[in-house]
Amino acid sequence: MTSEILFAGFGGQGILFSGKAFAYCGLIADKEVSWLPSYGPEMRGGAANCSVCISDEPIGSPLITTPDYLVAMNIPSFDKFIGTVKPGGKAFIDSTMVDEKCERTDIDCYYVPASQLASEHNLSANVILMGKLIKETGLFTFDEIRKGLEKCIPASKAHLIDKNIEAMKIGYDYE
Amino acid sequence: MEKKLMKGNEALAEAAIRCGCKCFFGYPITPQTELSEYMAKRMNASGGVFLQAESEIAAINMVLGAASTGVRAMTSSSSPGISLKSEGISYIAGSDLPCVIINVQRGGPGLGGIQPSQADYWQATKGLGHGDFHVLVFAPSSVQEVVDMVSYAFDMADKYRMPAMLLSDGLLGQMMEPVVFPEQKSEAIEKPWAANGHKNERKHNIINSLYIEATDLENTVVERYKKYDEIKATLPDAETYMTDDAEYIITAYGATARVCKSAVNLARAEGIKAGLIRPKTLWPFPSEIIKNATENAKAILCVEMSTGQMVDDVKLAVECKKNVEFFGRTGGVIPTPAEVLAQIKKLGGIE
Repeated sequence: MTSEILFAGFGGQGILFSGKAFAYCGLIADKEVSWLPSYGPEMRGGAANCSVCISDEPIGSPLITTPDYLVAMNIPSFDKFIGTVKPGGKAFIDSTMVDEKCERTDIDCYYVPASQLASEHNLSANVILMGKLIKETGLFTFDEIRKGLEKCIPASKAHLIDKNIEAMKIGYDYE
Repeated sequence: MEKKLMKGNEALAEAAIRCGCKCFFGYPITPQTELSEYMAKRMNASGGVFLQAESEIAAINMVLGAASTGVRAMTSSSSPGISLKSEGISYIAGSDLPCVIINVQRGGPGLGGIQPSQADYWQATKGLGHGDFHVLVFAPSSVQEVVDMVSYAFDMADKYRMPAMLLSDGLLGQMMEPVVFPEQKSEAIEKPWAANGHKNERKHNIINSLYIEATDLENTVVERYKKYDEIKATLPDAETYMTDDAEYIITAYGATARVCKSAVNLARAEGIKAGLIRPKTLWPFPSEIIKNATENAKAILCVEMSTGQMVDDVKLAVECKKNVEFFGRTGGVIPTPAEVLAQIKKLGGIE
C-alpha cells in the first residue's frame, strides 16, 4: 500500500514543512518514505509544492504525478493539480484562499477555511489542513503526529509542538 | 541505528565528513548548493577545511593541492561547473592523485536548466578532461546509496590513486529519504607518495603531470592503463531486478532506475515479464553483468534522462546481438513509470 500526497501552495505557507512532518510520521510508523520538493527560483510568495510518498514497499519514483491526496492552499495550485488526483482520491482545499469548487465527482473534496481559522486562533493554516487530512484518511494517529513533529521542529522551538497539535485538532474536528 | 530523514545533498556531505574528508572546496550552483552549505556548517567543527573558492576552476585546483599532501579532498558542483573543472580533473588524473568529485547533474548544454538530468554520462565516463585517462564513476540511486558510495568512492580513489566521481542528479540531491550512517571509519591509508614534508628523513616527493620526453609520458600512461585493466576486471557492479525470467530488460542508472523499477512492477502486474539492470558503476561499465543477465531476453530498453548516452555502452555490452532500444526524457523532464511501461509494451508489440 502506497499513499502519495502532494502539498501545493505559495512559498511561505509551510508547504515543505507539512511534507516533512508527514514524511517523519511515516518514518516513525516504520514505513518507506520519500520527500521531494519542487525547487528552483522558489521564493516567499512564489509557487511551491512537495511530493511525499509513504509506502510498505521501497519507493520507486519519488515524483508524484497522480496523487492519492492533494492539499491545495492557493488558486494556482488548485487549478494545476485538482485534475491530477487519482480517481477515488481526496483533495483538501484551503477555502479561504480558493473560492472555486471542484467539478469532479470521482474524488472527495474537503473545503476547510484553514487560513481564516489560522488567523482566528493564531495558528498555521497548513497544519489545520493536515489535521483534516489525517481525519479523513486515517493515515496517522495523533501519537505518531506528535513524534513526527518532535523530529522536524528544532529543540529551540519545542513550544511550537503543542501549538501545532492544537492546529491539527482544529482541522481534525472541522466539519 | 537511528534512521534520519535527509536530503541527498546533505547526506552526501555528512557521509564525506564521516569517512575522513578533510578538505572541501566548493562553489555554489543549483541543484548542488545544499552540499556546500552543509559542509560550510559542519566541516570546520569536524576539524577539516571548508573553503568557498572564487570559481569552480579554483576549487578543483585546490583539490589538486590538498590531495597532493595526502588528505582526503572533495569538490562538488553541477553540470556547467563540472565542465569548468575538467582541466583540473585531467591534471589530477595525470598526477595520480585520489579525490572525490560530485556532479549533481542538471539539464544542459550550456547553462541549460536546473532540473534533474543525466546528460553528463558521456562527459563523466568518456571525456572528463583532455588526455588518456579515466575516473571511477559511481551512480547511486537512493539517498542511502549516496551515503554508502561516498565512502566507497574515497576508498577506491585512495586505493587506485585516481579521481572518483559520484554522478548524482537534481532528483537524488533534493529528495529526502531515511538514511543510516555507518560507523565512522578512521583507517589511515598509507600514502608514501604524498608531498607532505620529508623532514630530511626521505627523498622528496614530486607531484607532477608534465613529461617532456614522449617515451616517458607513454610509459606513464601505459602503466596507468594496466591499473585501469585491473579495475575493469574487479570493480564493475550492477543491481539486477527480476531479470531471471525477463523477456524485456530495462537498463537504467541513478534516479531513472527508480522510475524504471516502478515500471517493471507495473509490467509484472499485467503479466509482462520485465526486468531491470541498474549499473552502479558507470566506469568501469558492468558489461559482463549486462551480457549475462540479458542472455535470454527478447529485447533491451535503455532509459535515461538524456537523448541516449549510456545506450551505446549497453549495445557494446551485448555485442550488438540483441535489439537495444532507447527511451529518454531530457532537459530536466523526469520520465514517469507509465511512460516507461508504454515503451516496454511497444518493445514487445503488446497491447
